[in-house]
Amino acid sequence: MTPVKAQAVTIGASAGAVEALSAILPALPQSFPLPVIVVVHVPSDRPSLMVDLFRAKCRLPVEEAEDKQSLETGTIYFAPPDYHLLVETDRNLSLSSDEPVLFSRPSIDILFESAADAFGPALIAIVLTGANRDGADGLAAVHEAGGTAIVQNPEGAHARAMPEAAIQSCPSALVLSLDAIAEYLKEV
Amino acid sequence: MTEAAAVEKVEDIEIRLLLEALFLKYHYDFRNYAMASIKRRLKKAREQLGFETFSAMQEGLLHDQAMLPQLLRFLTVQVSEMFRDPSYFKAIREKVVPHLRTYPSLKVWIAGCSSGEELYSLVILFREEGLEDRTIFYATDISHEALEAAETGVYALDRIQLFTENHRKSGGKSSLSDYYQAAYGKALFDKTLRRNVVFSDHSLVTDAVFAEMHLISCRNVMIYFDRALQDRAVGLFKDSLARKGFLGLGAKENLRFSCHADAFTDFVREEKIYQRRAE
Repeated sequence: MTPVKAQAVTIGASAGAVEALSAILPALPQSFPLPVIVVVHVPSDRPSLMVDLFRAKCRLPVEEAEDKQSLETGTIYFAPPDYHLLVETDRNLSLSSDEPVLFSRPSIDILFESAADAFGPALIAIVLTGANRDGADGLAAVHEAGGTAIVQNPEGAHARAMPEAAIQSCPSALVLSLDAIAEYLKEV
Repeated sequence: MTEAAAVEKVEDIEIRLLLEALFLKYHYDFRNYAMASIKRRLKKAREQLGFETFSAMQEGLLHDQAMLPQLLRFLTVQVSEMFRDPSYFKAIREKVVPHLRTYPSLKVWIAGCSSGEELYSLVILFREEGLEDRTIFYATDISHEALEAAETGVYALDRIQLFTENHRKSGGKSSLSDYYQAAYGKALFDKTLRRNVVFSDHSLVTDAVFAEMHLISCRNVMIYFDRALQDRAVGLFKDSLARKGFLGLGAKENLRFSCHADAFTDFVREEKIYQRRAE
């Protein structure tokens, strides 16, 4: 089988997200050829600080995802608080106000499952630190669709539960340190 | 798009056929909904209704009318809160209401009212501002079950704390507890709140203008539509609004991608409240 060239990256993170993402997103070069779509569990009742925070740190443009927006390469999109973020098969983003999944809105599973559907083998999906099990089912869906599944090594994670659940649900995922994830992405 | 992606998956074909069947037999049109969310909802329906495939579900739907409400329950399910995003209601109160006061009579449309949380929020706000008596509220949805729930006005008591907090943050001038009675774990909202409300079955996909509105509130409904359908709905709002009437959308919705954007001006930009141009 010829390897499929990746066309998008999705990342899910919860407790400890800022620190973990800070090891990855600022490392991406200005020429990074893929859109990066990120779900972080943030409080639903106030504006997220993620966009401003990472805009200041990253070489790539950082935006809060908007409904029906088309994905641009080399752009980082954060899910807005209190909405699920999905990728449509025409590769536009869409938002939903459906009920929280595993108490989370945005839900990592929902992003990953829809992105797996849209990108199939051309997706790289990454589960980072977190204290719940969101992302585990989504990562399995990504793997099943032929995409690349990556999990932060629980050893170095601020909270182990989420990476551990992801590894359990998707045993063939690559388990990498944050630095190794950043290196991996720089090679795509 | 790669060649592999251009070949439609069998499951996606089945979903399109199912939605076509739903439309042809029952005239519920979800064909232009944003597919990723529809697919999730349909998968849940398939699981819980016990079908192996969407094709089997389609057969069931076509031959057994009793399946329609069951399926619609999954497709139209929507949870909201009273005074969700309190800053939106605060902006209606402080910025929109002063304009509305200048009219002798008012029409307000809550499009896609679901189980009524947004409706009651606006009625309470209008009562607090002394505008309720001169207002007709139109609460519409495609789901009969949702409309019934809205008309009943009963909510789980454990949600009331959130509603109360939201109401307070929205600049509420009364206590939310003035408007409901608690019993058996439920909060039953006062029926006088419904005295100026018309509940009606209406689809933004297939139905037309039915009255001239001064305020339309349609929050987190159009995110479920594809762009073409969003254009249709916004066109309908444009044609329904009086000159200088107001359109309020959800916190993450906007008219930027709409072909009707020129017909509106930003009124309270950060709250997604638009005003119809006078022309």
